Amino acid sequence: MPDVNITIDGKKVTAPAGTLLIEACKSVGIEVPSFCYYPNLSLQGACRMCLVKIEKMPKLQTACTTVITEGMAVSTDTPEIHQARKGMVELLLGNHPLDCPVCDAGGECELQDMTFSYGAAESRYIEPKHHREEQQWSPVVYFDRPRCILCYRCVRVCGEGMDVWALGVQNRGVSSIIAPNQEDHLECEECGMCIDICPVGALTSGAYRYKTRPWEMNHVGTPCTHCADGCKTTLGVRRSDTGMEIVRGDNRDKSGINGDFLCIKGRYAFDFVDSAERITRPLIRKDGQLTPASWEEAFQLVGRNFRETLERHGGQAIGVFGSNRTTNEENYLLQKFARVVLQTNNIDHHRTADFPALAAALAGKSGRTASMRDVYSAPAILLIGSDPTEQHPLLAWQIRNNVRLHRARLYVVNSQSIKLRRQATLFAQVPESGGEAAFIDFLAGNAAHAGENAAQLQDLRDKVRAEPELVVIFGSELRGESIARLVNALPQAKFVSLGDYANSRGAADMGLYPDLLPGYLPLDKGSSFAADWGTLPTLPGLNFLQMSESAKAGQLKALYVVGANPINRFKVDPFAFSIVRIADAMGFEVHKLVPFRRGEPADMGQSRGAQSGEADRHAVWLEAHGLEPKMSPFDPMAIFDEIQRLVPGYEVARLNLMAGNDQHTEFSGLGALQDPGLIVPANDGLFTSGTLGRYSKVLNSVSENQHRTEQTEVAAD
Amino acid sequence: MADLVSHPDEIKIVSRRFGQGATKLDRYLELDGYKALQKALSMQPDDIINTVKNSGLRGRGGAGFNTGMKWSFVPKQSPKPKYILCNGDESEPGTCKDRLIFEHDPHAVIEGVVIAGLAVGSTQGYIYIRGEYRYLSEIMQKAIADAYARGFLGQNIFGSGRDFEVYWHGGAGAYEVGEESALMESLEGKRGIPRIRPPFPAVVGLWGGPTVINNAETLASVPHILLGGAEWFANLGTPKNGGTRLFCLSGNLERPGVYELVVLDDTACIVKFALRTMKFYQHESCGWCIPCREGTDWLKKTLIRFHSGGGLMKDIDNMYYLSENMLGRTFCPLGDAAAMPMMAFIKKFRQEFEDHLEGRPCACEGAAVEQLPVMAD
Repeated sequence: MPDVNITIDGKKVTAPAGTLLIEACKSVGIEVPSFCYYPNLSLQGACRMCLVKIEKMPKLQTACTTVITEGMAVSTDTPEIHQARKGMVELLLGNHPLDCPVCDAGGECELQDMTFSYGAAESRYIEPKHHREEQQWSPVVYFDRPRCILCYRCVRVCGEGMDVWALGVQNRGVSSIIAPNQEDHLECEECGMCIDICPVGALTSGAYRYKTRPWEMNHVGTPCTHCADGCKTTLGVRRSDTGMEIVRGDNRDKSGINGDFLCIKGRYAFDFVDSAERITRPLIRKDGQLTPASWEEAFQLVGRNFRETLERHGGQAIGVFGSNRTTNEENYLLQKFARVVLQTNNIDHHRTADFPALAAALAGKSGRTASMRDVYSAPAILLIGSDPTEQHPLLAWQIRNNVRLHRARLYVVNSQSIKLRRQATLFAQVPESGGEAAFIDFLAGNAAHAGENAAQLQDLRDKVRAEPELVVIFGSELRGESIARLVNALPQAKFVSLGDYANSRGAADMGLYPDLLPGYLPLDKGSSFAADWGTLPTLPGLNFLQMSESAKAGQLKALYVVGANPINRFKVDPFAFSIVRIADAMGFEVHKLVPFRRGEPADMGQSRGAQSGEADRHAVWLEAHGLEPKMSPFDPMAIFDEIQRLVPGYEVARLNLMAGNDQHTEFSGLGALQDPGLIVPANDGLFTSGTLGRYSKVLNSVSENQHRTEQTEVAAD
Repeated sequence: MADLVSHPDEIKIVSRRFGQGATKLDRYLELDGYKALQKALSMQPDDIINTVKNSGLRGRGGAGFNTGMKWSFVPKQSPKPKYILCNGDESEPGTCKDRLIFEHDPHAVIEGVVIAGLAVGSTQGYIYIRGEYRYLSEIMQKAIADAYARGFLGQNIFGSGRDFEVYWHGGAGAYEVGEESALMESLEGKRGIPRIRPPFPAVVGLWGGPTVINNAETLASVPHILLGGAEWFANLGTPKNGGTRLFCLSGNLERPGVYELVVLDDTACIVKFALRTMKFYQHESCGWCIPCREGTDWLKKTLIRFHSGGGLMKDIDNMYYLSENMLGRTFCPLGDAAAMPMMAFIKKFRQEFEDHLEGRPCACEGAAVEQLPVMAD
């Protein structure tokens, strides 16, 4: 777009044609106040706060609806403008309850800030304010009606941003009121975006209301622990009688890849940490009963058992099952522990996507993977399988808003009528079980389509091939050779393979595979690791199903499970595991968490809190043989040094990462084809999140969770 | 329905068929009905637009923009259908001219709509009539049905090979919908709230298509212009404002009727009148923007108390201050329409407001006023 030159308060400003005046002002640090204007939502011109003086125009104009034109001369701060804004604030305060001292938004309220800026301290009115009763729309959304200033942000973010359209306006004039779609309650995705975007305390969170004053919290940014999208959530942490308490999750500074977005999980489902059923002490099985024990006792037991098993039966008798929820550094250390200390490649994790197949398909190619940011800016997207609205809410938001704001073309191939079809340029429904993979064969070939929707699929293939720039996103429906065929069929495209858990990709990248080292390097290509570590078992390890068989045959003697719950997931028989078991999972009741049920729970359950499990494992490993010298230092930064040194694809800008920004990593290893049967999708929806979700009060409280049909399998990780 | 009034000096153009039974199609045809449309069918679109432009016809809805000019803004080529919209949401206090046109000369509106369609290349028109004019809907709907039956509407009108569909649509009782973009929102089934402009309706209007939206009187004038000629019509008016206008007279008059403006004599209480005016605007504010939504409400609330004798001296200045804060700052002109008279009342009749102070309720009403507790300062 060509640039346009304008003058704002005497400053010369250049901005691209089409820029809104309010944004042009912002670009040079001139703040024009607004309530109803919100970037990337439709324009309203309703609050009249952004009135500015434009030369040659008799009336003040709204900066939020004015597109800049060449030579425009603008004043943003004259007595007339100041008075206009003051007048608006006065009118708003006329009916606004001044309950700021008890309002959740007190201190974080845009109306307070405007009053502070424009000074409307005196009330000119005598008549009583309009009052209406507060409403509860859902377990997490409350609406204090008199506080609402009718900026319509909630209505728009719900409709335009979320494509949910659960909010609207009732009545007219001074009786106008925001109301939910079900008259007195919400039926929606419960994302809480309406609360987040509310400039005042009209919409408040059921999980947070009246708990604290905002300035009593510390704000701690952290990646969300639930799905694989990697949203940043800011936890409001407050000192309480029992230590520190997490009282709120939101996207306070909007600095994550999620920008404005958070779903119900990122906003509320941190509450599993407060579950009363959470185990906070080690448990040791004594006379058949799990009994609380000291950490020293627990470490000694586990270390001794590992040491004895290793000495008597060798590393092949020990299995390790890692986590999709722990950090890259933890996963790296875990596989290193398995390979160096336990001398085995028997390591696996719950695979939800075929990352090694994509790594193999992309071997030798660079720049062929897409990031979450690319999804928001790509001119065209092909989505094969998955249901991002349910499984990847941020991804769905990025796709939706790319279509809405940038007119991206979206092609959807799915066996279900997923919600994103509403944004699709073309939607092709394919048969269940195998339809997506069959589509890849069709896409890769030139044969005409013989089945249903032939004309539509043909059209889709032609259009997708003709797209000069394309991001292809696929779910676990595609595995193995289909992925290579897809990559070869679309040489112009960048790819995204969807894993299901917070760090599914990290578990794969860090080599929680029996035949792949970190960076998808096959064992026989691991000389750099062998050199660095001083040792590397060369015998390929067992995958989890093989470990299970081996245990049944009495060969596998010990299993170390970290942050995972493989039994339900892989439908193996827990009776087979008559061995030493250590469950270092998320800290919930062991028989639930690691369902070695039917009277066969784990021998030890170990707590893993909000803190890293590092210290715990450090101790285990020391006890396991006094083997510390073989291990890296237990400092995440030092481990990251080692990862950067040894793992292909992790040459990332470290400063950027440490500043809390996202970093895109490429697949640089060789990968390998894996048994597709080992990939088991999580099947989590918007309101479930495996074990974490089962212990989240909020997720279990919303009615939409109850309405959903039972997931085919309760997610277990 | 009100009796028709007349004045010896009137030049009857738009009202010439009033009281002549022109709602009946045959009678309308006797009175030169649909001749203009037939003429238009033989004209080039640009000729129709130029004729209307040269006649000096200006919008009769209030803003007074040159009608032919407005039509010329519609793009010739459009990927989306173009629409003609007749704004019959006449709700301005004291305005009742369109009502008479719908009541006495509905076919003139239909004819004007179709001619506008021929001028801009549209084949669909909507006649939107104020919800409170429910009793006129039958007249209008019958007129449309009759025109269809004769082949004046629908496919191949007058055997010309051209098509034009006309639909009737009733409002739901909102003054705001008289604002053209709010009317389009309403017609699309949404809340009657004005749109941000630009884009203007001529480019992006109803359902996103280029749209001509004209007042009923404007459209009813068009057939007369085509028959009488641009020059004739232009000469009837002032240099830049062609033709005649319907004026509505109501208030303290011997013969209220359609001529012009609200007229009050010195027996009317200005506070009471201000209250009635603000009640109207408060009731009709769509609520979209802050100054109109909140401002009209506080003016009304203050005036109720003031009128009943609970007024304070500072209320007078506050009401003026409040109106000033509304004037020119609202989303649409409704806020101005409320603020301007309020400021005028206080400026011109301050003494009458002061006479209501100190617990004196309205002298014109005695005890019959709405009583609110009198509040101390």
